[in-house]
Amino acid sequence: MRKDSGFFILVGAMGLFVSINIFLMTSGKLPFSFDGFGIILGAGLTLAIYSFLYKDNAAFKIVENLYVGVSLGYTIIITWFNFLKPDLYDPLIIPMFSKAATKSPQYALIIPSLLGLFMLLRFSRRLSWLSRWTFAFVVGLGAGVSIPRVISAFILEQIKPSLHPVFSGGETIFSSINTLLIMLGVISVLIYFIFSVEHKGAIGKVSKIGIWFLMISFGASFGYTVMGRLSLLIGRIQFLLKDWLGILQ
Amino acid sequence: MKVLKKTFFITAIFSIPFFITTILFAQLPAFLIPPAEFKAFDTPNDAGETVSLTWSASPSDAPDVFYILYIDRDKDGAFEKEAMRIKSNTSYRTGAPEIYGYKKGNGNYHYVQLFPRKIFNGETIDKKQVYYFKLAIAAGDSKIILDTIASARAQGNWLHMKKANNFAILIILSAIILYFIVHARRNPNMFLRKIGGLDAVDEALGRATEMGKPVLFVHGLTSMGSISTIAAISILGRIARKIADYDANLKVVNNDPIVMSVSQEVVKESYLEAGRPDAYNPDNVFLVASEQFPYVAAVGGIMTRERPAANFFVGYFYAEALILAETGATTGAIQIAGTDAYTQLPFFITTCDYTLIGEELYAASAYLSREPMLMGTLRAQDVGKGLLILVLILGTILASFGLTFITHLFEAF
Repeated sequence: MRKDSGFFILVGAMGLFVSINIFLMTSGKLPFSFDGFGIILGAGLTLAIYSFLYKDNAAFKIVENLYVGVSLGYTIIITWFNFLKPDLYDPLIIPMFSKAATKSPQYALIIPSLLGLFMLLRFSRRLSWLSRWTFAFVVGLGAGVSIPRVISAFILEQIKPSLHPVFSGGETIFSSINTLLIMLGVISVLIYFIFSVEHKGAIGKVSKIGIWFLMISFGASFGYTVMGRLSLLIGRIQFLLKDWLGILQ
Repeated sequence: MKVLKKTFFITAIFSIPFFITTILFAQLPAFLIPPAEFKAFDTPNDAGETVSLTWSASPSDAPDVFYILYIDRDKDGAFEKEAMRIKSNTSYRTGAPEIYGYKKGNGNYHYVQLFPRKIFNGETIDKKQVYYFKLAIAAGDSKIILDTIASARAQGNWLHMKKANNFAILIILSAIILYFIVHARRNPNMFLRKIGGLDAVDEALGRATEMGKPVLFVHGLTSMGSISTIAAISILGRIARKIADYDANLKVVNNDPIVMSVSQEVVKESYLEAGRPDAYNPDNVFLVASEQFPYVAAVGGIMTRERPAANFFVGYFYAEALILAETGATTGAIQIAGTDAYTQLPFFITTCDYTLIGEELYAASAYLSREPMLMGTLRAQDVGKGLLILVLILGTILASFGLTFITHLFEAF
């Protein structure tokens, strides 16, 4: 019975959506062109995604699969035009096999190409071990590249501005208090993230101050991000009310 | 009245020279004073693309006075190519602390960097080409070109000496880490404080086993180069090991093909370690979508249809964090999150039962495994944090008394 009611709600909603679009097109509010159908498609997909707020349903499932499929197709195109073609096909394959090519082939590209092919060997039981070479290279390179960046971004860039004079000529008492607050925040949060010591006594109290600082910053971040998300929602609602229904001008 | 007239007359007489002088000086071209000490040199610590030029500030420096740099490949050339034009009250050595440090006199010298290859764009230039420069000072229609010709060749440097502080920190921290790894091997019962979220892992896995429902492990969006992904993989290994012991069902959703392959390897190894290789199903570690929001839509769908008993969100997340965690919360699953994405932490804290905040994510793998290598690393990190606290306290006290050498030691270039 419940399943039936869900089906009827879905059919009813789709019928309403079709009726609205017929009305919009016949009344001239939506152009009878590719643009008009594009707006209808966009509105339909948006509503189908939002239908998940009611509950999981067939319309959401269709759009979900469509979304995943489109993203995969998009990724394939991007991979070809942004990576494989400019970095492999044009500099290596074309000069190797085309007589009309003016540039000599870049043979060094064979090494990364082989590493890439090794990844595909995961499908072979006998040769899948070769893919570990590629993973070792990727993980090793990633760690090697990120270590100096992490030291720079998370140690040097953070420490230097924290080493601010507490009192210096021309600054007010409030700027001194601000500096002390920053110091207290940084040190207490650092102490919270020390794992080798039991958080009891003085250490426990300081780490609690650290949690307070963390939660205050999370609260601020939460509010800031929610505002950003609301603007995205406003954008979608504007699309539905202005571009599709034409209620907003 | 007579006195007033006399005073006015005398004032007017004395003011005339002042007005004449002002008018004359206002016509800047006639009074341009050329700068001195014009020098060119190869920019240190670069890849060999730039040449640096410096000269002393002139008393004529003003917003409407310009310095023009001319470049030529031949010393006896015509110097017709303009390489750069700057306002004379800008571009001082103070803007290049990586070369001149923080000396007080830096404000008395101008400094610029030029990309000669870009200036001669399209021309074939030998790598050993020496470039010649001439400096001119100009205002309005007037221009004075200095006779001095400065020359330099752009050369690459193998070492970026200004990053020595970065290297020193790397060496010091590495030495501490190595020491504590050895120490942890000798003392396997090293103390590690309790991490709330991790105690809940067993609880969540036990619940999933009892309910006969799957456990869903959701990776973040970053690839294997990211430290949070490496930590997530490590935690996944420990979770998979326990899942194999409990004979529960684990599903791992991925956004990146390389992370997926590594996850497959790690889960497979965990099942092998547990002596249950037959229970491993590679299809349970799968790629959902490589784009952010299709990934969200698909994972949300999996949560609502399969209704996992426990959801783990571990790694680096972006805008999808709240949507995923909120969807999981509506299904009634126990949710444990771990991320160092500080912008997303508030969302996990509000929607998950337990959240590993920032570095707790890295500590988690050590806590779960009790492996000497990870335990030693964690202890070394704590020592590193202790050192940083000392530096912060000492550096702030010294900076407050005008001693800034510690501050400059931590300059990032």
